[in-house]
Amino acid sequence: MMEPMTETATPLAVEMRGIVKRFPGLVANDRVDLDVRRGEVHALLGENGAGKSTLMNILAGLYSADEGTVAVDGRPVRFRSPREAIAAGIGMVHQHFTLVPSLTVTENVLLGLAEPRIRLGLGARHAAVAAFAEERGLRVPADAPVWQLSVGEQQRVEILKMLWRGARILIMDEPTAVLGPAETEELFRSLRAMTAAGGSVVLISHKLGEVLSVADRITVLRRGAVTAAGIDAAGRTPAELARLMVGREVLERIEKAPATPGPVVLAVRGLAAQNDRGLPALRGIDLEVRAGEIVGIAGVAGNGQSELAEAITGLRAATGSITLDGREIANRPVLEIIEAGVAHIPEDRTGTGSAPGLSLADNLVMKRYRSAPVGGRIRFRRRAARGIAEALKADYAVSAPSIDTPARLLSGGNLQRLILARELTSGPRLIVAVQPTRGLDVGAIETVHRLLLDQRRAGAAIILISEELDELTGLADRILVMYEGRIAGDIEPELFGEIEEIGLLMTGSRGAAEGAA
Amino acid sequence: MSAPATDRGLLPVTLRVERRLGTPRWLPLAATLAAIGAALVLSGLLLALIGADPFAVFAHILGASFGDLYVLSDTLVKATPLILTGLACSLAFRMRLWNIGAEGQLLMGAWGASAVVLLGIFPAGTPGIILIPAMVVGGMVAGALWGGIAGVLRARLNVNEIITTLMLNYVALSFLRFWVFGPWSEGGFQQTVQFPRDAWLGRLTELSWLIPDVAGMTVHGGFLLALVAAGIVWWVLSRTRTGYEIRLAGDNPQAARYAGIDLKRKIVLVFLASGALAGLAGASEVSGTVHRLQDSLALGYGFTGIVIAYLAKFHPLGVIVAAIGFGALILAGREIQPAGIPAMIQGIVLVCVIVADALTRYTLRVVRR
Ligand SMILES: Nc1ncnc2c1ncn2[C@@H]1O[C@H](COP(=O)(O)OP(=O)(O)OP(=O)(O)O)[C@@H](O)[C@H]1O
Ligand SMILES: [Mg+2]
Repeated sequence: MMEPMTETATPLAVEMRGIVKRFPGLVANDRVDLDVRRGEVHALLGENGAGKSTLMNILAGLYSADEGTVAVDGRPVRFRSPREAIAAGIGMVHQHFTLVPSLTVTENVLLGLAEPRIRLGLGARHAAVAAFAEERGLRVPADAPVWQLSVGEQQRVEILKMLWRGARILIMDEPTAVLGPAETEELFRSLRAMTAAGGSVVLISHKLGEVLSVADRITVLRRGAVTAAGIDAAGRTPAELARLMVGREVLERIEKAPATPGPVVLAVRGLAAQNDRGLPALRGIDLEVRAGEIVGIAGVAGNGQSELAEAITGLRAATGSITLDGREIANRPVLEIIEAGVAHIPEDRTGTGSAPGLSLADNLVMKRYRSAPVGGRIRFRRRAARGIAEALKADYAVSAPSIDTPARLLSGGNLQRLILARELTSGPRLIVAVQPTRGLDVGAIETVHRLLLDQRRAGAAIILISEELDELTGLADRILVMYEGRIAGDIEPELFGEIEEIGLLMTGSRGAAEGAA
Repeated sequence: MSAPATDRGLLPVTLRVERRLGTPRWLPLAATLAAIGAALVLSGLLLALIGADPFAVFAHILGASFGDLYVLSDTLVKATPLILTGLACSLAFRMRLWNIGAEGQLLMGAWGASAVVLLGIFPAGTPGIILIPAMVVGGMVAGALWGGIAGVLRARLNVNEIITTLMLNYVALSFLRFWVFGPWSEGGFQQTVQFPRDAWLGRLTELSWLIPDVAGMTVHGGFLLALVAAGIVWWVLSRTRTGYEIRLAGDNPQAARYAGIDLKRKIVLVFLASGALAGLAGASEVSGTVHRLQDSLALGYGFTGIVIAYLAKFHPLGVIVAAIGFGALILAGREIQPAGIPAMIQGIVLVCVIVADALTRYTLRVVRR
């Protein structure tokens, strides 16, 4: 992007100086400086727990800094609430959306504003919101209730909300973690449109490739401190960025031993299930996974992948047959399925995979408190639980002040480590991993991949559901593509290179018969 | 408008209220104590407003409830059912099951304990050592079943437990009235005959042959049962698998399901246990205090139990302290005119504690300009 070097008088959009933020037991931001220019996409990178979200929460008025100053458009500011930040032109889109599902897009955009005061006059408002969105390249159905929207559309509504309130500096915290490739492209186009009009964007992401494709400049944090301040993105490589983030070389390519598949562990026949709205989500799935094999499931979100994982793990009622080592487990109690050796890395870490108010220790023993050493016939042995928790916390490098810390205070990546630690230590027969690396930093992704491959070597059967094609082609021994509740294609490793082919299958523009090799 | 650092005031710092990110361990207890202190100040101001001398009133309340061993014993008598209903509520609330039916469960417990005596299950002259445990069991079973109804409805049909437990309170009261006005009425009065001595829980005064000083003290075995119950609830919640499951399900039911916990069974179980605790309160009242069944039995103990559970932050041992405090206020209510004063103080304490609880989520910070 062009930088108006000539206009030296143009103040920086954002100037953060010497920001310090301490949490009990750690310094999340340690004298951080950040400059955001007008008209640029500024990427903020760093490992899980490096302090990115904390820094942006300070900028957006959610937290206040212990030390340091912030200036917006050259004027010093000190926000006491997000409302004040947005009034100064700073809007943040969080990873967890804050929309009201039952209200329409327009209502969500207008919610909480002084204007309109009493009568909504929705008809005219729909048109106004739609036109406003159109102008900024944000495609959204203004009169549709939010629950009907895809994740990508909901995100656009969040952006729209901020722009409608006059945000000129948009902070996006890991926006692409929940998006497929096409939606990511579309998001980047809108961000570009915004910066072209003189706005600024701060983008947090762990996907280095896409960061390089969209960002103008990059700031990297490591353990709360800046390791690269506003370097130009042009000419950098992902490996270079990874090194700045992690402080060591990161393997880009996954080294994988050839598969030695054993007997069939999981066999699914004619599986059908409904989604939460009572609509058919699975329409006759057949698949097999062998011991020591990773079967990847590709597909655009919402084509039945989540329901498939839930049906296998007993969380969702289904018809058809699911056998584990020859034993029928369809619709059996969850506990029986756990005890049969099925580990589950769920998609929703806070909603399903953890109890946010309970301690790390309590969360880590969630699946093993019934048996020795933690569980007696009735006893729950706290000392044993704490011992296990300490060991797992160390083994899986979960960074948190202590095992008594409530899980809700963990950063996204550390929470995922906690879940992995819990699920993988039991020596499972089958692992159902749903988006296991979503939101993780490069180093952590490497760790997860290594852990999954270790399990594969140990003879576990693994289902890997992911929207990351690179991850699937790197790890899986076979890829099944799901489309509208069916398996649309079965791709053997020789064809992994043909990303386009997979893409066609994912969007349903190619039938199963043609797709199979 | 944006909020540039303006130069209000003369000091180089400002105080600022902001959301707390984590809660230190000591904070909830300190906040509760501070809230009680604030409540006393507020009550004192109100008392002064109506022309009373607040210090005299407080001194009187203290004297009337803790002044000597006799009134202390009376305070503990009042606290006994409150501990048990407080425990009943705490246990259910821990799993976010809003059982507000301790009142009805207490009444059913009282009925169940009385039935053991009055239905002639045991021959006349059965010794207390058999009769009293049977009454305790009868009361707990009756309370458990009453709580269990709401539990099953919630688990099977997802019927809101707040509505069912509230309504079942009225049903229980009518049921009790039917028995005391009808089949069990003593000569037309709305009460049953006095139970035989063997059906009375032992009172401290009965030890006066051994320790002369305790003559006339009415604190009874129910208080010990309540303490034991508090200990057991504490142990179950913090040291058993079931307790872990309750904590997990209370924090995130979806995660509990994912961990393989059968939520429906757990809901019914918690309602049974909660009802049994309230039922025990009923049994302890008829067997330890009134020695008969009558319709003016509950006096709102079940509802006060909700307040106590909140004051104690659902902690079983905290329930004991809160219940004794409320027992003292109830007792003082007999001595202080107008009788509304202790009720007012109770209300103020509750409001202060709730406000303090909300405030613990915020913190004051000194900000340099
Ligand atoms: N409210 C809080 N109380 C205590 N510690 C916190 C709190 N919020 C964050 N932390 C800690 O501060 C550190 C930085 O967290 P932050 O969320 O900023 O990381 P992040 O860079 O956004 O990581 P991720 O990529 O995983 O989202 C982490 O170690 C986290 O555990
Ligand atoms: Mg973050």
